[in-house]
Amino acid sequence: MNETVTLTPEELKARKRRNMWLALSLIAFVVLVFAITVSKMQAFSLLGGGQ
Amino acid sequence: MVDVTASQLRTASASDYLALLKPRVMSLVVFTGLVGYVAAPGPGDWVLGFAAVFAIAVAAGASGALNMWYDSDIDLVMTRTRSRPIPSGRVDREDALMLGLTLSALSVVTMYLAAGVLAAGLLAFTIFFYAVVYTMWLKRATPQNIVIGGLAGALPPAIAWAAKTGSLTLDPILLVAIIFFWTPPHFWALSLLQKNDYAAAKVPMLPVTHGAKATRLQIFLYSLLLAPLAVTPVLTGLGGPIYLAVSALGGLAFVALAYRVLRSNAGEGVPAEDKRARDLFGFSILYLFTLFAIVFIERGFA
Repeated sequence: MNETVTLTPEELKARKRRNMWLALSLIAFVVLVFAITVSKMQAFSLLGGGQ
Repeated sequence: MVDVTASQLRTASASDYLALLKPRVMSLVVFTGLVGYVAAPGPGDWVLGFAAVFAIAVAAGASGALNMWYDSDIDLVMTRTRSRPIPSGRVDREDALMLGLTLSALSVVTMYLAAGVLAAGLLAFTIFFYAVVYTMWLKRATPQNIVIGGLAGALPPAIAWAAKTGSLTLDPILLVAIIFFWTPPHFWALSLLQKNDYAAAKVPMLPVTHGAKATRLQIFLYSLLLAPLAVTPVLTGLGGPIYLAVSALGGLAFVALAYRVLRSNAGEGVPAEDKRARDLFGFSILYLFTLFAIVFIERGFA
């Protein structure tokens, strides 16, 4: 048997807000990994790596 | 096809998911982790330091979510925890499990990227120790639950130290030992006040299994161990003159308050007597916070 769920306007709003926070969290994680990578690469080049 | 109205379904907000991460525990862990990072020798790197402390915070949050997933039956019975997201019906247990597992993986990966294998390994061990050893096993099995389980809450300064230096020395082990021996008198002072709650939830906390008198004695004995231990960072150079003065005076005050608890009838249902335990509980937070804040100041601004 198939079931569908009809969300109330409040529940739709709550879901949208949750999704927004999830998106922001994922963006923050990507930015953090980028910053770690840049920092590691800088440290590597300061140590004379890759020469 | 059946149309189901969602009126009985949860309308969890982002703050409910944040509550699963136990933000107050996270803030304590961020603080002790930050102190561990600043106290460790070497110049450090602000981006990598931030990432390491952030990973510790997220791991603590993940552990909290896994704890709430597993302990939702206990949380429903206890007054203090009844309004948490799962027992109050705002978040599904499975959601908490998934959040906990996802954040555990992300925190360990982040720590590995930022600080290498030792810190990441210690972080993974800490999550495992809290979620599996403490939550799933010790908490329901023995009155020594918070003594052994306290190791998970004690490790963050050592993880942060390892993140900065790639190694561990006696200094971070002393920081861990201070939190480890601080945990029993701190939690047992609280559990004296919530004895009936723990008994109703069938959690074998020391006041439930051995009575309030035995708990008061254990609190005092642990305070006798903790007070001199908290002064030892001075011997290794981790603590300076301010640390020496504050740890010595604070230790004396801690033992004095624990002695008042020992001589009282705290935990036996008399509010005036319970105040002794509440005083010790409150002071224990101030004591640990001050010790770590001084290490932060003395090492961070040296």
